[in-house]
Amino acid sequence: MNAPFVMPALGPVLPELVMAVGALVLVLVGALRGEKSYGLVNGLAFVTLALAAAALVTQPAGKVLVFGDSFVVDGFARIMKAIALLGSAVALLLSVDYLRRENLTRFEYPILIVLATLGMMMMISANDLIALYLGLELQSLAAYVIAAIHRDNVRSSEAGLKYFVLGALSSGMLLYGASLVYGFAGTVSFPGIAAALKGQSGLGVILGLVFVSAGLAFKISAVPFHMWTPDVYEGAPTPVTTFFASAPKVAAMAMMVRVFIVAFPGIIGDWRQIVVFVSIASMALGAFAAIGQRNIKRLMAYSSIGHVGFALVGLAAGSAQGVNGVIIYMAIYVVMTLGTFAIILGMRRGDTYVETIDDLAGLSRTQPFMAYAFGAILFSLTGIPPLAGFFAKFYVFAAAIEAKLFALAVIGVVTSVVSAYYYLRIVKIMFFDEPAESFSPLTPTLKAVIGVSTAAILFFWLAPAPLVSAANAAARSLF
Amino acid sequence: MSAVAAFFYLFSAVAVASAFMVVVSRNPVYSVLFLILAFVNAAGLFLLMGAEFLAMILVVVYVGAVAVLFLFVVMMLDVDFAELRQGFINYLPVGAMVGIALLVELILVVGTWTLSPELIRAPAAGAATAPTISNTEAIGQVLYTRYIYFFQAAGLILLVAMIGAIVLTLRERTGVKRQDISAQVARTKATAMEVRKVASGAGLEG
Repeated sequence: MNAPFVMPALGPVLPELVMAVGALVLVLVGALRGEKSYGLVNGLAFVTLALAAAALVTQPAGKVLVFGDSFVVDGFARIMKAIALLGSAVALLLSVDYLRRENLTRFEYPILIVLATLGMMMMISANDLIALYLGLELQSLAAYVIAAIHRDNVRSSEAGLKYFVLGALSSGMLLYGASLVYGFAGTVSFPGIAAALKGQSGLGVILGLVFVSAGLAFKISAVPFHMWTPDVYEGAPTPVTTFFASAPKVAAMAMMVRVFIVAFPGIIGDWRQIVVFVSIASMALGAFAAIGQRNIKRLMAYSSIGHVGFALVGLAAGSAQGVNGVIIYMAIYVVMTLGTFAIILGMRRGDTYVETIDDLAGLSRTQPFMAYAFGAILFSLTGIPPLAGFFAKFYVFAAAIEAKLFALAVIGVVTSVVSAYYYLRIVKIMFFDEPAESFSPLTPTLKAVIGVSTAAILFFWLAPAPLVSAANAAARSLF
Repeated sequence: MSAVAAFFYLFSAVAVASAFMVVVSRNPVYSVLFLILAFVNAAGLFLLMGAEFLAMILVVVYVGAVAVLFLFVVMMLDVDFAELRQGFINYLPVGAMVGIALLVELILVVGTWTLSPELIRAPAAGAATAPTISNTEAIGQVLYTRYIYFFQAAGLILLVAMIGAIVLTLRERTGVKRQDISAQVARTKATAMEVRKVASGAGLEG
């Protein structure tokens, strides 16, 4: 009667297993050692992330499907997971000093970061709608909690509550869309959906696709589902914002690429309209709404909305070249974002962290290293050659032109020019305004992160080959 | 009339009546109790359809957990439901219109619904379809084998929910006196007692 139980192959999921077991060990250590165990748990969280990364890079190449084909490990999954792990690890590293100063050293923080990262890895590897939803929910639920980790602070609680309510709404939309897609395709597996649709799109499938895209757009904070981003980024403690702006974006973008490219390849004409609209709207809003911002975290929120729009240009192309562009864009975006937030975390006078742009006035005279590094990062965010940000934009726009999306590429370049205004205004304030009161000296961690990310941005053009060829191979693994 | 039909009318009549009572009863605690009655009758309807697993889950999850949670919330939060219900009559026409519009839409949509015969095919791969085994058995056969990944992932999500609830709400209260047995046992005569000579006629200072 009973079918014989076949042990699923666990080798391909070793990185996820390491993360899950690591998180459970961290919970136990924290629970047994009590409130004082933050330092130990934090250290062990780094060990967990490092072990998972080691397990990830030693995986053999090629595509493997496990757990009844609901979990896929391919080149695309591996590179996106590597970027997500890097983003999480650096965000965790940047948080240590801030949490100690603000008296937030709770051992749950690193545990939730590890669990959120595990959720991201599950999202990236999801090969059916159920796996996608479970990974997404694991990541989001942990994110809601860490947004409100500073629970005695009104703005942090507000950020957590807003993120939770809107996130629950978007999860609902995603689930509704997923149920429609399942109803009309008869299967939840991505390749199965592609096979069932046979390139034909019915009204029901399109409706499901629209709702799924709405849920996904919320997670990458693309217009018109971006409303939560500025408030959450501003309200959450800065290391938490650093985390939100880096790794989860990569994972959600990877998930979106996989859903569209693997599950709906036959009806590209239908979803391309959605992606083009979302992309244009995000780029435009990111460019124009950031102009009036005084708070640097809010400005970075709008900037990240804009950058998501640029990355979506690559997805709109729908080709291997486009996916290649998305991977390169997200990798460079994460490096730039981590550098920016390391600088924002360096904006500290004594024990108070400041967040307005005017506090940066005359930084070139008080803290030349910080000012020149930030200047380089801002030029890169604008997309000025030969910095890394230029190459990021170059690859997505090249893919869009290859796919004959000329209007999209032109609008992208125009909004990129508009966004130059607010990036360069910060450079002007740093270099030409009267110096404000000097910041406290940078901690060695911040200095190292700023130094490494600036160096990566400045010298990317010398050796772009490793990232570009890896992204190329990864993109081709999807087609 | 067969017994099945009789039970169907019994369960559905009680379910509809208790659902109505949930809305109209003045005391919110009665509302929750009627809600539980509605759930139990819905479980009965599921049983009649042969979906015994859904029936069990409905009773265990909704009656056992959700409704009890509702009851706690209703009893602990001081919400004046009578005040909330003020103006019920004033808003009734508008509400009734919206309700009727929705009902007409539903009838129009469902009434014209035709299912393409192509779409009625075998359920998702992996589901046991042998008609000889019960629902529960079929779910049991795949839950820990085919769907082990989803099962474990759901477990991790619940862990995050638990950690989150503790992180956001647990506060260590200061000044609470707790019994520390090891400290009590470790007390010796030297630490527990102090012998003083008190001069007659003088008090003990400090």
